Amino acid sequence: MSVKAKDLCAEEFFYGHKACAGCGGSLAVRNALKVLGKNAVAVLPAGCMSAVGFNFPQLCFGNNAIISTFAGTASMLTGIEAGFRARGITDFTAVGFAGDGGTADIGIQALSGAIDRNDNIIYICYDNEAYMNTGIQKSGLTPFGAKTTTTPAGKNIHGNIRPKKNMFEIAAAHDIPYAATATVGYMNDFLDKVKKASEIKGTKYIHVIAPCPTGWGIPVSDTVEAAREIADCGLWYLAEYENGEFTLNYDPKEFTDVTAYLKKQGRFRHLTDEDIAVIVKSRDEKWKKIRGSWNLK
Amino acid sequence: MPKKFLSGDEAFAEGVRLAKPDVISAYPITPQTIVVERLSEMVEDGSLDAEFIHVESEHSALSCAIGASAAGVRAFTATSSQGLLYMAECLTYASGGRFPIVMMNANRSTALPWNIYGDQRDSLSLLDSGWIQAYAENAQESLDLALMSFYIAENEKVSTPFMVNLDGFTVTHTYEEADVPEASAAENFLPPYRTENKLDLESPKNMAFSAGPEHNYIFKYKEHRAMLEAVSVIEEAERKFAEIFGRSYTGLIEEYLTEDADFVIVTLGSIAGLCRETADKLRAAGKKVGVVRIRYMRPFPASQLAAALKNAKAAAVLEKDISFGNEGAVFSEVNSALFRYGTFIPTYNFIGGLGGRNISASDIESIFEAMEKGLSEKINFIGIGGERQ
Repeated sequence: MSVKAKDLCAEEFFYGHKACAGCGGSLAVRNALKVLGKNAVAVLPAGCMSAVGFNFPQLCFGNNAIISTFAGTASMLTGIEAGFRARGITDFTAVGFAGDGGTADIGIQALSGAIDRNDNIIYICYDNEAYMNTGIQKSGLTPFGAKTTTTPAGKNIHGNIRPKKNMFEIAAAHDIPYAATATVGYMNDFLDKVKKASEIKGTKYIHVIAPCPTGWGIPVSDTVEAAREIADCGLWYLAEYENGEFTLNYDPKEFTDVTAYLKKQGRFRHLTDEDIAVIVKSRDEKWKKIRGSWNLK
Repeated sequence: MPKKFLSGDEAFAEGVRLAKPDVISAYPITPQTIVVERLSEMVEDGSLDAEFIHVESEHSALSCAIGASAAGVRAFTATSSQGLLYMAECLTYASGGRFPIVMMNANRSTALPWNIYGDQRDSLSLLDSGWIQAYAENAQESLDLALMSFYIAENEKVSTPFMVNLDGFTVTHTYEEADVPEASAAENFLPPYRTENKLDLESPKNMAFSAGPEHNYIFKYKEHRAMLEAVSVIEEAERKFAEIFGRSYTGLIEEYLTEDADFVIVTLGSIAGLCRETADKLRAAGKKVGVVRIRYMRPFPASQLAAALKNAKAAAVLEKDISFGNEGAVFSEVNSALFRYGTFIPTYNFIGGLGGRNISASDIESIFEAMEKGLSEKINFIGIGGERQ
């Protein structure tokens, strides 16, 4: 059964926090918790969401929530899940919300371990494509070309020189019971996936694009639009991995203009036509593989 | 009580079985590995009902234990050396969150150069991590500390994680006869873990939060006070332990022939046995010598040491540790305690056993002799010599 944003419960579980205006990450956390409900036990590592949500004595989670070490989202989830089970509690969902750096860089070992054990947890990576909490530094999920405070755009190097790590397929390569990609721009799709994940036993990984207006250099009113456009122009895709198979959930007949998507964002404004050609080429190669071998739904 | 022939690691695992932890996070490292091997066998044969989790690193071992403790259950893990350092971030996390996890550490040298043998630089470098630190001398004490550590850590006033240290190989791998208590007696000793400091579906909590400068200071002060509360809880635990099991311990330090001793060696861990044996030999020759074994480095037995050494003419701190560019860390701690409590006697530092190098009976005899003669050098490296100031 499909989840509609308009049908979400009125109760707030992530409320009164100090996230910036237009924060995509807080939108993902807030709505995912509305789907999972009050028995969600949330783990958030050091990062934006823990920095804005847990400032004693102003603690903003209505459900059980705890900060983990930066590297320890998945391993703390493992311990909590085992601990609740040892207490004989079954009606809870252990869910992690970690950023891109917390997932693809420092937290990847613990995440891999949890998937390997098939611990009964949901791990949600809210991907804003850089270390935003510390002031926009490059992470393993920063896309090619993006300017960050550690990948300056100069005359010789035009920002980050490496493409994003493919966390979705890295998770899938563990033969995880369920993995999915999403974006806060297509909220219903994201929430459907959260709901679906909550009904599957074992480890679930959801990778949701969550723009950061500060880091991306876009107006705070454009978060959702940017999050939709990234999928429309083909630089992101909505997909699932289940029962050993990949399924593409959204196959645009025609991509919107990549240049238009990029040039709206301060972090990409310096890109040359050649840079953009590299991005388009890699997009097309990826989509050729997707359309050639994944199920199309 | 049935007696068994056990190594220190095995004895510790027996103690953990009796303590019945709900969650065990396991990762191998020499010379600790035997502990998690034995525990996995106990889970397999049904004699231990615990969630046994194969974590992928020591960082995850302690992070997982913190998660379990935050879920309100009894958690155990074990490590050594590089593993302890790898999880170091999680140590302050566990203590700051007041999660009463018990961890066994097999004392082992730290790289470089690589070395798997015993010295105490790994745990002593983490004295400030907010963990209670005990040092076992033999297999029996290892088993007993396994049981007592949960009692002490989980006390409501203490609620502080507990690291039990066993000298690598000399304790972890040396087989000795040990009494293994009956499960029913262990149950009488150690009550089930109950805490309010947990995630709770009935009453949801935000845990492990941030606290700015105003509040942070108060949390840290309370953490310190809780550690000091452990002193009386250790006494309480040992009293109850003696009543139920008939074996007595002596709190933060263990004194041997110190009452009228002129010259005293202060040390910790397994080398204390050889010190006592040497003291016996010298006593037979009319020398007034004694030994103090430090059982707990945290909370630190400052007043107890000052009292034990009050009438001595000199004391020597023998330790398998060096704080590079200064002196042995234990020596600094002992001197500070003596100064604080007004016990002004000459003290000397004897550093040895690094990377597992042997400390012999004649080395120890030389330390007593040197104290009697009076030394010009305060810091001495066994087998190398004194360091001029």
